Amino acid sequence: MKKVKVHITLKEGVLDPQGKAIQQSLHALGYEEVEEARVGKMIELQVEEGPHIEARIKEMCDKLLANPVIENYQVTLEEAVQS
Amino acid sequence: MKFAVIAFPGSNCDRDMYRAVANVLGADADLLWYETANLDNYDAILLPGGFSYGDYLRTGAIAATSNVMQQVKKHAAKGKPVLGVCNGFQILTESELLPGALLRNKNLSFMCHQEVLTVKNNQTMFTTAYNEGETIQLPIAHGEGNYYCDEATLQELIEHKQIVFTYQNNPNGSIENIAGIVNREGNVLGMMPHPERAVEQLLGSADGLRLFQSLIHNWRETYVANA
Repeated sequence: MKKVKVHITLKEGVLDPQGKAIQQSLHALGYEEVEEARVGKMIELQVEEGPHIEARIKEMCDKLLANPVIENYQVTLEEAVQS
Repeated sequence: MKFAVIAFPGSNCDRDMYRAVANVLGADADLLWYETANLDNYDAILLPGGFSYGDYLRTGAIAATSNVMQQVKKHAAKGKPVLGVCNGFQILTESELLPGALLRNKNLSFMCHQEVLTVKNNQTMFTTAYNEGETIQLPIAHGEGNYYCDEATLQELIEHKQIVFTYQNNPNGSIENIAGIVNREGNVLGMMPHPERAVEQLLGSADGLRLFQSLIHNWRETYVANA
């Protein structure tokens, strides 16, 4: 079993009003040094191992998990710790 | 001409849409549940607004993976009309039936009010009853209506006259003030404002009515006149 983490971020140039609001709140708290905040998301999957695991995860990202029009993604795979 | 209105879990404008075509226009229409819908015998597909699947992951993303959207793709490929309003528009971009994506409104707020739109293209099957450049009033009701596409796609939209409606006072930050676009073939229209909520003066505007009237008129011209 693999633990798959998919980090999804907005593409450069895509406006992120949520990030902007976070940046302004950080400034309000006195963290003036924050020049930009951008919000993404992280999706964790537990995936059975197979010969095409990486290709299939890429497919999952392109078809559903991320929207290539507005988002980039990065995938990391690690051994899942069996509980 | 027979209309299908498709309801997903979380749709909330399905009955307004059904009522606009069935009651106000007196057209033949059915309200279909997405799981059991068979679109074979329908001429036009209407994807209503709402919050399908609670807007999980991205607006429209989960609905786009449903079987009924595979049917909608086949229907669209035959050149038959598909209209997506609000969440319906979001589902159409997520299904790649229309280019681009809908982002959070620039001011992060859900907005619900009347907007003034300009009819940019009155040569589509959805808009022939309007004049080019005419201003109309339709309500908006969305939190994620900020249309975005890359520069190359935008140039294509402009070049092929795919921008159908624009906002006069852009409420959500959408690129080029876009409120609604059609696909290159002109048979799939997606728009954030709600024509189905503006079909009687009592509702504050009847400007949405002509969109459905255009569709019925042009369908008759194409299919009935030649039959």
